Amino acid sequence: MKLSPSAWIGAVMLGIFVIIGVIGPWLAPYDLGSYGLDLSHRYEVGSGDHWLGTDGNGRDALSQLLWGARSALELSMIVVAISATIGLTLGTISGWFGGIVDDLLMRFVDILMAFPGILLNIAIVATVDHPGTGVVIAALCANGWVGYARVARGQVLGLRERDYVTAAVALGASNSRVMFRHLVPNLMGPALIQMSFGFGGVILVVASLAFLGLGPQVDYTWGAMLDQARTFMWKPSDWVVLYTLVPGLAIVWVVLGANLLGDGLRDRLDPRQRGRA
Amino acid sequence: MSIGSFLLRRLGLGALAILGVSILVFAFLHLVPGDPVDHLAGGDATAEQRAVIEKCMGLDRSLPMQFAVFLGHVVDGSLGHQCPDTKGRKTVAGSIKEVMPHTAALAIAGMLVAIILALPLGILAAVRRGTWVDTLATTVSLSGIAVPQMMFAPLLLFVFFLTLGWFPGPHETGLRALVLPALAVGTHLMAMLARMTRSSMVDVLGEDFVRTARAKGLPERRVLVHALRNALLPVITIVGLQFGSLLSGAIIIEKVFDRPGLGTTLLDAILERNYPVVQGTVLVIAVIYVVVNMLVDLSYGLADPRIRRA
Repeated sequence: MKLSPSAWIGAVMLGIFVIIGVIGPWLAPYDLGSYGLDLSHRYEVGSGDHWLGTDGNGRDALSQLLWGARSALELSMIVVAISATIGLTLGTISGWFGGIVDDLLMRFVDILMAFPGILLNIAIVATVDHPGTGVVIAALCANGWVGYARVARGQVLGLRERDYVTAAVALGASNSRVMFRHLVPNLMGPALIQMSFGFGGVILVVASLAFLGLGPQVDYTWGAMLDQARTFMWKPSDWVVLYTLVPGLAIVWVVLGANLLGDGLRDRLDPRQRGRA
Repeated sequence: MSIGSFLLRRLGLGALAILGVSILVFAFLHLVPGDPVDHLAGGDATAEQRAVIEKCMGLDRSLPMQFAVFLGHVVDGSLGHQCPDTKGRKTVAGSIKEVMPHTAALAIAGMLVAIILALPLGILAAVRRGTWVDTLATTVSLSGIAVPQMMFAPLLLFVFFLTLGWFPGPHETGLRALVLPALAVGTHLMAMLARMTRSSMVDVLGEDFVRTARAKGLPERRVLVHALRNALLPVITIVGLQFGSLLSGAIIIEKVFDRPGLGTTLLDAILERNYPVVQGTVLVIAVIYVVVNMLVDLSYGLADPRIRRA
């Protein structure tokens, strides 16, 4: 596929993130469990022993960054996969059947959209007493599917009038056959664009949740690291800046990559939008 | 469709969505584990104390009855009572009114920052499309999306409060204390807005009427004014949506700057299982959201007479 240079940069950035997310924990120089505790080396900035310094418990920031990549990768892949599956299925059904099915689904979408997305995620996670990863995933999927459903529905409304669809129906193809053999493959392009942007969005929300202290109580996610930097802002300024920039720039890296790739895919797959954003 | 029936339909759908949100939240609150009485009374409360709170929150009634009571409180405008405090009779609406000015001030200031930054950036990028100006403007707006507020806001605080001391720190109120939070919120929103302005301007600048305007020798500045007015429609949409979400509370910024606000009120209420406050706050947020969306739709008519007639 021919992509613009900036889209390639985005793809490479995301690729590096995925690789680090997969192998990062093996590269991590220090243990993050109770063995990683080293109270004689707290709030350090970069040194030969700890390249990116240490946190308030003497844990190695580089190791936290690498483990954080694993955690962010896992969560965002799962959330995007589940949201996309639910959203594309519901959107396709809604667009294909129309009528009351479509009305009901769209009213439900209205309800979900009548409330700010991130507040909904936060609200769901906060209602559980000791939220684990599962709750965070469920919270993000609860409204994450909506974007995919809208994309799929919009596409199907256009596709259903096409000749090849009419032909398939005339040949006696069942509803599910038309939907999954003829409609879904043709909306994968726009879905891919949505997934790319969605990936960046999920990374941001996951970090926001951890930053607010919601979700699994671990100290190595990027959001939790940012929270620690903010909480101990009166510590040595070198440390504060370093410990803010390390997880912060990691998030920038992934979100920027996802958006560059998303923009590039949109230019490529949706010619109507070419050269616009 | 006349503007009247359009409004009526939108109002109906909006009311339906708000009712839906209320029912969902109500059902959700009663589905999830966690007893509000435990949270409010504390572990060592006596049975009588617990009973008082239970009665105050109406938990001794059946679920449909509880929802009816909630609807009653919506109608009388109180949104229910703050519960541990049985004598003072502080209402939920009262506490929301207390935090609302802070939320509104931040929303307005943040939106202003975003618009002031985004419009020139977007227009400049569209006019100088394909040049280094465009690349620079696009990079700036893209980084506004990618830089998380959890990193940018603390850095602002660190530089302008801790190091330079130009602006007050967290937990302060007043106009000067609004500057840093507004900057943090605004630069983030600026990104989306600038992108939308650019792409919309690029579209409009390619249209026939722009060519005509140029061909008849209109000065470029006048041409841009013409184009801008036509390009504003999608920009208004984004401004409206962003303003709606700001009014429902910029929760991260509220945390970093230790400001009161709607988002924080909601989060605290959920964490302590304070059902009346959760329901009331959610309702207010949903109403704000739906009303702002409706105003956005209506403003289309003002920006584009063609829609008014259609």
